[in-house]
Amino acid sequence: MIKSKISNISYYLPSQVLTNEDLVTLFPEKKGELIFKSFGIKKRHIRKPKQTGSDLSFLAANQLFSEFKEIEKDKIDFLIFCTEGLDYKAPTSASVLHYRLGLNQNCGCIDMPMGCAGYVYGLSLANAMIVSGNANNVLLLVSDIPSSVIHSQDFDLRCIFGDAGAATLIQATEKNGIGKFVFGNDGEGAKNLIVERGSTRAPIDSDWIEIYKEEDEYLAHGKMEMNGLEIARFSLQRVPTLIEETLAKNNLNFDEIDLFVFHQASKFILSALQRKCKIPKEKFYEYYENVGNTVSCTIPIALKHALLEGKLKKGYKVMLLGFGVGYSWGGTIIEWD
Amino acid sequence: MNIQEFISIIEDEFDEVETGSLSPETSFRQMEGWSSMHALILIALVDNHFDVLLTGEELRGLNTIQDLYDLLETKKA
Repeated sequence: MIKSKISNISYYLPSQVLTNEDLVTLFPEKKGELIFKSFGIKKRHIRKPKQTGSDLSFLAANQLFSEFKEIEKDKIDFLIFCTEGLDYKAPTSASVLHYRLGLNQNCGCIDMPMGCAGYVYGLSLANAMIVSGNANNVLLLVSDIPSSVIHSQDFDLRCIFGDAGAATLIQATEKNGIGKFVFGNDGEGAKNLIVERGSTRAPIDSDWIEIYKEEDEYLAHGKMEMNGLEIARFSLQRVPTLIEETLAKNNLNFDEIDLFVFHQASKFILSALQRKCKIPKEKFYEYYENVGNTVSCTIPIALKHALLEGKLKKGYKVMLLGFGVGYSWGGTIIEWD
Repeated sequence: MNIQEFISIIEDEFDEVETGSLSPETSFRQMEGWSSMHALILIALVDNHFDVLLTGEELRGLNTIQDLYDLLETKKA
């Protein structure tokens, strides 16, 4: 039976950074060491003006192709692009990316506008395409530019979020690779993490421009609103169950998992979850210090670093969980090859 | 868990708070360096030790550590 596996991961970070020192300059009442203590983050990467999610994914994909010369670009037969910052209403950004990347024309292209759970959902689609025999080499590009929807005076959000793009190649295999998925959703939580304006239901209007005229591009992409307390409650309530469900679906026990790689929501949420779920610290991988919460990119960036640090090894069973904006959540277990 | 044990856990969790400085009558919003982050920490702490996930609204309706402790005792029962 055909299965799928993650073959390669690369990512791209914009060169401009927002450090804690920069934040202290912008918010003189705050202290740099307290920012680090609360958020565990030293810097976040910020896109260039006008740079879009698809630009970051384009750069991440090029990084993937140059880092792994063995990848046969022409054999990529499906492209999934996941972001909450699509280029256009139409066509799909994936179509445009496909052309920019010079991929073979016999390649399906779709967009997936999802956030925190996006990578897990993207993997599930890639896996479904492969195990159904409809594709063999799926390129999953994820990218997010939260900095484009954060108000300049929103201290917490500026501390937490960073921009990034990541590229993952998923291929057919005969070995164990990507396991079974658990999905879930609770739209009642939509209001607790939302970028309401700037799309079809609530477009930007002249009143908006008047209110935000001092902001970069008058916040034309919308403004992120987060109820941090509710998001933390959701995570503490949902993720422990998601762990159980993901284990059960894959017929595995808690102790059989070698590494837990969750969406890197925030230091607070991750440490609360690690404690609550009694995950041994050495099996709980965290990577946000130099990038912050990069929305759909947190899991691939963390996997890449775990690999580079030797914490992710061949044969390891790794639990991947994505959860957040929606609310939406998903989990799977991969066996690293 | 009695209220003194509960107070010790809170003192332990909040770096800014000195051991022995809190009493049941302390209003937790008046604790040293109280911020929205501390509300989160308190919710996680309560979840961890009492298996009760408080809402922001419930927390806002409380004043002292005794109030919080009493609510948790009711919720647990």
